[in-house]
Amino acid sequence: MNIHEYQAKNILKGYGVAIQNGVVIDDASKAAEAAAQLKADTGTDWVVVKAQIHAGGRGKGGGVKLAKNDAEVQERVNDILGMQLVTPQTGPEGKKVNKVLLAEDVYYPGENEPKEYYMSVLLDRQLGKNVIIYTTEGGMDIEEVAESNPEKIHKEWVDPATGLLPFQARKISFNLGLSGKAFKEMVRFVNALYRAYDETDSSMFEINPVLKTSDDKIIAVDSKVNLDENALYRHKDFGDLRDLSEEDPMEVEAKEFNLNYINLDGNVGCMVNGAGLAMATMDIIKLSGGEPANFLDVGGTANAETVEAGFRIILKDPKVEAILINIFGGIVRCDRVAQGVVDAYKNIGEIPVPIIVRLQGTNAEEAKKIIDESGLEVHSAILLQEAADLVSKVLK
Amino acid sequence: MSVLVNKNSKVIVQGFTGSEGTFHAGQMIEYGTNVVGGVTPGKGGQTHLDRPVFNTVSNAVEQTGADVSIIFVPPPFAADAIMEAADAGIKVIVCITEGIPTKDMVTVKAYLADKDCTLVGPNCPGVMTAGEAKVGIMPGFIFTPGRIGVVSKSGTLTYEAVDQITKAGLGQSTAIGIGGDPIIGTSTKEAVELLMNDPETDGIIMIGEIGGSMEAEAAHWIKENGTKPVVGFIAGETAPKGRRMGHAGAIVGGKEDTAQAKKAIMRSCGIHVVDSPAQIGAKMAELV
Repeated sequence: MNIHEYQAKNILKGYGVAIQNGVVIDDASKAAEAAAQLKADTGTDWVVVKAQIHAGGRGKGGGVKLAKNDAEVQERVNDILGMQLVTPQTGPEGKKVNKVLLAEDVYYPGENEPKEYYMSVLLDRQLGKNVIIYTTEGGMDIEEVAESNPEKIHKEWVDPATGLLPFQARKISFNLGLSGKAFKEMVRFVNALYRAYDETDSSMFEINPVLKTSDDKIIAVDSKVNLDENALYRHKDFGDLRDLSEEDPMEVEAKEFNLNYINLDGNVGCMVNGAGLAMATMDIIKLSGGEPANFLDVGGTANAETVEAGFRIILKDPKVEAILINIFGGIVRCDRVAQGVVDAYKNIGEIPVPIIVRLQGTNAEEAKKIIDESGLEVHSAILLQEAADLVSKVLK
Repeated sequence: MSVLVNKNSKVIVQGFTGSEGTFHAGQMIEYGTNVVGGVTPGKGGQTHLDRPVFNTVSNAVEQTGADVSIIFVPPPFAADAIMEAADAGIKVIVCITEGIPTKDMVTVKAYLADKDCTLVGPNCPGVMTAGEAKVGIMPGFIFTPGRIGVVSKSGTLTYEAVDQITKAGLGQSTAIGIGGDPIIGTSTKEAVELLMNDPETDGIIMIGEIGGSMEAEAAHWIKENGTKPVVGFIAGETAPKGRRMGHAGAIVGGKEDTAQAKKAIMRSCGIHVVDSPAQIGAKMAELV
């Protein structure tokens, strides 16, 4: 589950990670009050106005701006709040900004030049261990650094039996070229960051940039956090962090029916039992000359209710020109699913696009008979190849 | 002989008396699997499905000589159940449970490192040796005893492959559903290696999906050590980047874990990759 920058920073702060402080607002009329509070709390002169959306690259799209006085704060907030922010990660339609964070200016001048670093904690799937990835090349896209300067990316793996050890935090700090106060601050930062990652059951923490300020403090200026959905039962308070306005409304609706749905751009909708077969079905749609309109896994219990809910969600997508239902009945009986399709069809009334139903497994022949004798405009298949051929046929 | 499980395996069911455990244990027994008992803490001494129930796995092992365990325990308790089975000396642990926190699996992986056991899963359909033992939730009737092994991350896509093999006039030795989570006990490479070394297997079907690098690792191993034809399929060619496609581990992060990249590596290592999931069985029939 993705969360906003300000939410992630609150979590970090709770674990003692130094952050760029801020005040979040969702109403432009509160900008002056929030800026005054921020100045009182932090002593900052300037204010950075940051759009809160679930996508990176906000600065490139005009979603992060500096304000040097109160009038500018109001102006920037007016500009950003409510805008449709387009970044390299949002797609061309962009995302609506419903909240902005007014944050303290941490690039103030001083004894030393401010310097940016990059640090993330995530799971190394191959080794089954958490890894801290860090580089002196902060503030840039880490994938670009991996391409251009792979030797500058360091990794520190954490042994699950011991957790992060003191020498590892020191090593990271030395490798970043730090000394004196900044060195000590970084050791503390790394320890607190790892503890926050570990204790919140996160899948990913990315701090980019980590900033060494002109007076040698080490702070998180941005933070991208992904929480492990499987572990949310251990963190009841994290439920409130979910921002449904950041999610596709059709995906939210599908979730209410326990359907795993992802909206895509194609013209052939599909409904499948099992995630692997669902992906394979999307692939076969493409091979048959279509493009998948969605991913939809109805799970282990495909019945009349789930099939009807699936139909209704797929049909909300105006791009859909055909629907392929692909169920491999192991424990599920195909004749029951077939009856479910017929019932759902009748309940919905008119379905304006051709439907291909492929049912294979337990009682597949009986299922085909139910579909063929229903009098509905439904094409039935048993073999996967037959279903693929039918997709090509109806798209012509 | 086959691999991991056979007709001589003595199987216990952890989470035996729960609804999932009861249903699937019943199906396993019906298939002819040698289920010798089960474990539900607090219900020791009872009888369920005509088999004894034990409080602990070690009790079950002492009393029945069990060497295989299948786990249907809910996610918050599943990691503990895996480690209990390993501690009790179970040799093959099959974990069906979906939704175990990744952090718990990091602990499990470290705990199992020095134990003499094989974990399959979690979040998998289990292991099935056709005609001998079903230690999982795969539908038994689609299997026919034969000489093709199957390794797959997915449930229903495994059934699809098994069914195509049967329809192509071939049969299966062992099908291993390794699971779709980010951390799993048996990797694609390890499962392929078991089948490559199995004298009762003549060909291997390897089914993967987007996310991670296990298929590439298996492909490189096959290039060096392969002695039998391998047919491969990778699901998710049309999956968008950065979205979790059902399985917790099925997510494209970078260029290397796309379906296209995986297929290219597999092809370069001599694996017969099919682009259509409808061609898996037919391709294998051409090769053996």
